[in-house]
This record gives sequence, C-alpha cells and structure tokens, in this order.
Amino acid sequence: MVYNMRRGKIKPQLAQSRKINIRSYKVKAKEKAYLEDLNKVSADQKKNMLSAGVDPSQKARSGTYVQMDHSVVHANSLYPGLEVMSITEALKRHEWLDNYFWKAVALGADSFTKQAHLRPHHGYFLRALPGVKATYPLQACLFINEDNIIQNVHNIIIAEEGSDLQIITGCATASDVRRGLHIGISEFYVKKGAKLTFTMIHNWADEVEVRPRSAAQVEAGGVFLSNYICLKPVKSLQMYPKAELIGRGATARFNSILFAHPGSHLDVGSRVILKAEDSRAEIIARTVSAGGDIIARGHLRGEVKGIKAHLECRGLMVAEKGHIHAIPELEATVDGVDMSHEAAVGKIARDEIEYLMSRGLSEGEAQAAIVRGFLDTSIMGLPEALQKEVDQTISSCEKDVF
Amino acid sequence: MLKIENLTVSVSGKDVLSDINLEIKNGQRMALLGPNGSGKTSLLMAILGFSNYQIKKGDIIFKGKRINDLSIDERARLGIGLMFQRPPTVRGIRLRQMVDLIKQDGFDTEIQAESLHLSDFLNREVNLGFSGGEIKRCELLQLMASSPSLSLFDEPESGVDLENIALVGKMMDEMLKKRKENTALIITHTGYIFDYVKPDTGCILVGGKLHCIGDPRRILKTVKKHGYEWCITCAGEKLSHSSHSPGK
Repeated sequence: MVYNMRRGKIKPQLAQSRKINIRSYKVKAKEKAYLEDLNKVSADQKKNMLSAGVDPSQKARSGTYVQMDHSVVHANSLYPGLEVMSITEALKRHEWLDNYFWKAVALGADSFTKQAHLRPHHGYFLRALPGVKATYPLQACLFINEDNIIQNVHNIIIAEEGSDLQIITGCATASDVRRGLHIGISEFYVKKGAKLTFTMIHNWADEVEVRPRSAAQVEAGGVFLSNYICLKPVKSLQMYPKAELIGRGATARFNSILFAHPGSHLDVGSRVILKAEDSRAEIIARTVSAGGDIIARGHLRGEVKGIKAHLECRGLMVAEKGHIHAIPELEATVDGVDMSHEAAVGKIARDEIEYLMSRGLSEGEAQAAIVRGFLDTSIMGLPEALQKEVDQTISSCEKDVF
Repeated sequence: MLKIENLTVSVSGKDVLSDINLEIKNGQRMALLGPNGSGKTSLLMAILGFSNYQIKKGDIIFKGKRINDLSIDERARLGIGLMFQRPPTVRGIRLRQMVDLIKQDGFDTEIQAESLHLSDFLNREVNLGFSGGEIKRCELLQLMASSPSLSLFDEPESGVDLENIALVGKMMDEMLKKRKENTALIITHTGYIFDYVKPDTGCILVGGKLHCIGDPRRILKTVKKHGYEWCITCAGEKLSHSSHSPGK
C-alpha cells in the first residue's frame, strides 16, 4: 500500500496503470490488399474474427469494416442510410468531420492519444443518417495480423437525430501473433433522440497491450449503450471510457464483462458525467479473476439537479491467486442528485457449488455454470437478435476459458 | 437401498448425530420425525456428503456400496437426490438452464414445469425471490428431472399453503410411483404430507439419536399427544420395536 499525499488516501500499488514502452513496437506493417469478398480471409483469420463477434460472411449484418494492421481490407454498407468507411476516406468525403475530430476525446490526454495523432493508421467511420433504423448491426473489426507491431486507430461513430444504430466491434489477432500494441481512439456522437448500441468484444493475445481511449457525447433524449466483453488473455488493458450527457433526458449505460487470466492485467472503468436535467446513467461491471489482476473502476458525476445514476460492480475470485480491486466513485457538484453504488467482491459461495453438485454436476461443472451465469449478458439490454449473436460468441470463448 | 451403520456426524466439531443405525429397503418410504434441531437435516446432508458434515465414525452404504468417501456429485450420480428445505439462491442460473443441466433423457422440461405451475419461473434465476411454495415446487422439478432412486425430502410441506401441499404431495407420489425401486426418506413435522405420500415406516430423531422405528402414523399420533420428549424415555429400548404407544 502507498499513501498518496496529494489525494490524502491510501492507494494500493495495483491501482496504477502499467507503463508501456511504445518504442519497443514496430511502427511499420506490410500493406494488405483490399478484399472485395470478405470470405477470402484465411481460415485462421476467420476463426479469430468470429470469436470477436465479427462474421466475414456478413449474414445478419448491415455493413462491415475490417482493418488488418495498418490496411483497410474491407469497408461497405449494405443498408441505405448507413455509412461505413475508413476515417481517412471519411475526412476526405465530409469536410465537416473535422469538427468531430478530437472533440469528445482530448488530443493531449496522454502519450497514447498523442501517438494516435502523430502516427495514425486509419480507423473506422460509422454513421447512421437521421431517422435511419437498420434491423441488423454494423460490424467493425480491428485485426492485428503481424507480430510486434503498433496499431493506432481513430474511430468516429455518429448516430444522427432519431436514428437507431447498432454496432458490434471485435478486436482480434492472428493465432501466431503474440505481442502487439493497440491504441484505439473512439469518439461517439449520439444526436437528439438517437440510440447507439455499441458492443465491443476483445479477443487479443497473451502479450498484447491495449489502450483504448473513448468518449461519447449524448444529446437530448439520446441513448448510448456501451457493452464491453473481454474473456481472453491479454497482457495489459487500460481504459476508462467516458460519456457526457449534455442534453435533457440523455441516457448512458455501460456494461462490462471481464475475465482476467493469470498474467493478465485489466484496468477498466466507465465514467458518466451527467450535465443535463433528467439525464440517467447506469454502470454495471461483472469481473472474474482466475489469477489475473482487475481494477474495476466506475465514476458518476452529477452536475445538475434531478439526475439519477447507479453504479454496480460485482467481482468473483475463482482462483487462489489473483486480485480484484473495485473502485466506485460518486461525485456531486449540486444538491438534488440521486446517485448510488453497490460493490461486492468475493469467491463463489460453497453452498451454491454444493447445491449444484447435489444435482450431479462435478465441482468444476458447478463452478463453470456459476461463473457463466455471473457473466450473464442479459444485463446488457441488447436487441434479441444481437443478444443471441453475443451469447454465441461468448459461449465459443467460454469453451476455451473454462 | 440405504443402510446406515453406527453413524456419528459432527458439524464444526460438535456431534449432531450419534450412533445412527437405519435401513431403508428398496421401494420403501420412510418418514423421519423429530423436533427442530434434532439432526434431521444433518442426516440428509451427511447422506449426500455436504462438506460441513464430518463423519466421525460409521458407514453409509448405498446400493451395497460404501459411499463415505464419495463426493456429493458422485453420490448424486449413483442415484441420491435431495429436496432442500432452504436451498441457496443461485444468481445467474435460470431454472430452465438448471433443469437442462441435470435432466435425464426423456424429461420434458416444459410439460413438467407446467404440471408444477412453474412455466413462468423457467426463465427466472434459481430461487431468487421465490416464495416458500415456489421453492418447494422448484426443488421438486429438479428432483423429478434428475430422477433419483433414493429421494430425500427435507420438510416438503414447511412454509407451504394447503393448496401447494396438495400439489407437491401429489407430484411427489407420482414421481415415487414411476419406478418400483424408487425409495424415499421424508422429513416432516406435521405429517400433512402423509395424505398424499403414504409412508411405510417412520422413525424419530431427538438430540441426534435415533429413538424409535415403527408405524409413522402411530408415532405421529403419539408425538402429538405426548410430545417428542417422551421419545427420550424409551431411548434405552431397541430400535426395531414395531409399536409405539406408551404403556404397551
């Protein structure tokens, strides 16, 4: 434990992000050819994409963006009113896009945002035009195919007024990639009365380091629903996405499902700044440590009267070693706010395991069933079809995990 | 089916059962009576091998096999099932998933849930916010799904209204009648369940000791008249005597 003089509180050693040596990664990657037909990706790439929720066959999808290393491999929209392209292309096509660049995320925030600015390697631009509501989600995949490289992407997602945009985004590596650094800037803009459902699944490799930097701005009556799932090993992941609710009645919900393998270090939080009347926020995190380290952060800040927000963090220790550190924070700058939090960290109750064993399940099966139940995605409030997709993805990951 | 020999069990270092001798034959239904805290639930838990219940001495023999050293799930897979009195809540696992995990071939979850008025509960997390009657029906559904040859019922009628007792009792009876070998050990305080599941024999546990074995209805009648304490007065008598009225 370290006593932090400035903040005046005891701060465990773990609650610090791991340092990364950016220079230890290759800045250049081989250029990959554009694929008109996504089915032509290799079998290995396909398998790893699928386990991150990205389906190269594009069944039940409204469009797809795929980037491998530093190359845009595929970008197309299958639904009128949805735009799917690389951010490089979008900046050429839409002059106004400059106004959205580094607006939600501050360029100077840290060395990673600066790196993404200095050495950009594309990223995606996804946009639903006003009032457009597609049945199927868009999918985006940021893939690391070459070992030891750095991938810096900048993504912008815009749900224009009254639109309903669903996105599945999966990040994955080729099976032979061990080491890499992914820096992803994502800026979300949810306009008046729009709804954006963003579900991100990470499927990295043992030695990959990941630094997403994300922020959303939600206008009046808009809904931003952000789901994050990370069940596979990763060396270190640190992110603290933020949503600013700037219009009356805006809503943000963050759901995170994290599984830390031995050797994985996950420092993940969600932050919502409630700046407008009647705005609502909910942050839910379910974390499991099977020997890895997890810092589960959450921060709600109420700046106007009449807002309502709740933060929930539950952690489960399933191995002798490991570490879960839940840090929920509530902050109010005015009176008349309604904010609450609940946090619980523990191991699986013995009586629950024995209850399942008395029905004939082995101890391992009982434990896996309880952990699976704990990582239940129905908390995510996804549309039915999307829920099924995500569940399938998770159950395919779980086969490897448990 | 089940034979218990000189069984002494302790919980946290304290004996809760001492020198229990008991035999339940194939297809038999035995009622287990006794006041609160007498060790009835402990006996069921020890038969299934729950970790808090340490066997200090004696043997549990099921279908001719000593099961003392088997894990809970191994005992369950041999054919022992328990209807818990107060089961834990299992967050995140829905009743349907639970039944699917444990059911034997040919068990139709939907139809059986319907027959126990549990159709609306299949998508709920197991025991979360369930009422007394709902818990019993949910337990029974799981027991029916796993289809044990020895069913242990821990107070199937406690905390349940009359209507639910009738439903639970009827379904218990139906389940037990499915196979000739189906055997039951039923803990009851009130004996209401006897209206639906007719026991062949009964016994009384007081203070962790088994005191009498005989006609369950007569035992119950005697207990109602004289109280459990009376049982202790015949503690020295042999367990195998068949009748139970004082003065006989």
